[in-house]
Amino acid sequence: MTSEKKRSVLVQMEEPNLIPERDLGHIPVLQAKHLGIDFGGLTAVDDFNLAMGRTEISGLIGPNGAGKTTIFNLLTNVYKPTRGTVLLDGYDTAGKSMVQVNKMGIARTFQNIRLFSKMTVEENILVGLGNSMSTKLVTDLFRLPQHWRQEAEFHDKAMDLLAIFDMQKYAKAQAGSLPYGAQRRLEILRALGTRPKVLLLDEPAAGMNPAETEELMENIQKIRDEFQIAILLIEHDMSLVMGVCEAVGVLDYGKIIAKGTPEEIQNDPRVIEAYLGKQGVN
Amino acid sequence: MEESNLSEAVESSAASTSGSSRKKLSMPVRYLINAVLVAVFIVVGELMIGSGTITRYQTTVLEQVGIYILMAVSLNIATGYLGQLPLGHAGFMSVGGYSCALFIMHMQGTLGLTVRDFVTGSPAAVVLFCAGLLFGGVMAAICGLIIGIPALRLKGDYLAIITLGFAEIIRVVMLNIDGVLGFELTGGARGLTGIPSYTNFLNTFLVVVISLFLIHTMMKSRHGRAILAIRDNEIAAEASGVHTTYYKTLAFVVSAFFAGIAGGLYAGCIGVMAPAKFGFMKSIEILVMVVLGGMGSMLGSVLSATVLTILPEALRAFADYRMVVYAVVLIIVMVFRPQGLLGTYDFSLTGTLERVINGELPWRKPKKEVDEND
Repeated sequence: MTSEKKRSVLVQMEEPNLIPERDLGHIPVLQAKHLGIDFGGLTAVDDFNLAMGRTEISGLIGPNGAGKTTIFNLLTNVYKPTRGTVLLDGYDTAGKSMVQVNKMGIARTFQNIRLFSKMTVEENILVGLGNSMSTKLVTDLFRLPQHWRQEAEFHDKAMDLLAIFDMQKYAKAQAGSLPYGAQRRLEILRALGTRPKVLLLDEPAAGMNPAETEELMENIQKIRDEFQIAILLIEHDMSLVMGVCEAVGVLDYGKIIAKGTPEEIQNDPRVIEAYLGKQGVN
Repeated sequence: MEESNLSEAVESSAASTSGSSRKKLSMPVRYLINAVLVAVFIVVGELMIGSGTITRYQTTVLEQVGIYILMAVSLNIATGYLGQLPLGHAGFMSVGGYSCALFIMHMQGTLGLTVRDFVTGSPAAVVLFCAGLLFGGVMAAICGLIIGIPALRLKGDYLAIITLGFAEIIRVVMLNIDGVLGFELTGGARGLTGIPSYTNFLNTFLVVVISLFLIHTMMKSRHGRAILAIRDNEIAAEASGVHTTYYKTLAFVVSAFFAGIAGGLYAGCIGVMAPAKFGFMKSIEILVMVVLGGMGSMLGSVLSATVLTILPEALRAFADYRMVVYAVVLIIVMVFRPQGLLGTYDFSLTGTLERVINGELPWRKPKKEVDEND
């Protein structure tokens, strides 16, 4: 794998003004360079490149088994990449644990919802907010004034987060008993609570009806505007991808086969081929 | 059922957010209510013991109830809250028991205390008692740390087996350490005798109350939430910034610490420590208490520890059948309530009081009315 070979770049580093209005700052907030991983003899992801601006919403699409979730797992250090590097704000994440990567500023949701289902909705958010809590164990054990101050402060913060999706009324409910769509939204809020710079959403609209998807689209933009963060999402729902993403990469067999704006992608013959097969192109 | 839970919770939280009308107990009042109840319990207990209404034998049983409550609640940290299955809780109890007993026996001579001092409760004896318990707890916690770091890399059955093995190691060490060291320490198979009976109803009760309070406050803090998050979904916890290794070890160590304290009380209550008492069956007995009460419920552990300690004593009259009854009770509970008697339900006295003064009674639907029936 030569480093000159840069045919698959989601957003070309060399031409940062591909989409002029995008705020790339001086360095991209999240960068992946020639990222790849092999499972035994199988190359799941190969030569994946990415550079995300600070407040960019990008999408990653591709058929089942294309390696989309694997890329998320590589970006959050669930898997150790076989090749390549991930840079967050210019810092290498190699050798960091999942927790450290989260503290550096990458938060994510999961394809199959992973909530703390026996805890209440508010507690779920508070676990995410725990990143910014600072009391020592002794302070909490003996319930010193500092403990109460912190609990009150973070209760308000949790409620503010819940307000984004208008979920305050669920605060005391058990997370596992929420409707499916609300569980997905809660997972996003929990991730937001860790104060990320980049938010990775793995199929956020899965199992949502069109009305809910519509609402989610607005909310994704709202989150970006309010928190000024970059969002990378995997999605099968094309209306969401096309409606909300500023750049889209198409993945097939672990490689980026096309990239560009949603319109470009929609008309790319290689994308149609990957999804529908050659016979479909007439 | 899930659905009704949800709507109930939504209703109640809607009521609490919308209604400034909902009366709340202030924090000092909440603590005062609980403190008064604890004081009343102690006074009543002491009076009944003093007047002989509760016999000496019954007092010993009560002390053991307290000890087993502490054992069950501490094991509940590792099983119910952390979601692991350690099978060596008796090991930590014996470490705590031996450490505490030996510490007190050796310091007793140095400080010139007699057995009488422990009964009358002279200040020096009280200090020594606290120091001994803490020493026992810390020794058990160190053992918990030593076993926890390797054991918590494993899950489920493997963790159960490694902790089981560790408890056996402790038992065998207690049995043979005298021979290896070449001087008298634990008394080997004969057991450690001559432990002053420093445990009584009052100090057992106080130690248990304080321990439960500390466990409660830990679980209701950010640390406790991190531990519960690991139980519910370890990967998600890690991705949310929860340092899983640290919190798993913390839960395990805290669990061992309180088991050690319970062991210290046990040594003073029984007066003799023998390795044979802390075998595999003891660990299982405590696990049964936790499972029966409901994993993750503190009240459940307290209730089932109480019942399962008193039941065998109460059934002594039917000596031949008591183990049968005990087994049948367990089977019936597990068949009809596999999640344990209380599941993960936890009881808050002041929370219940708040509901009562706000007229939110389970059998009454409208929420507006204020209570008439006190």
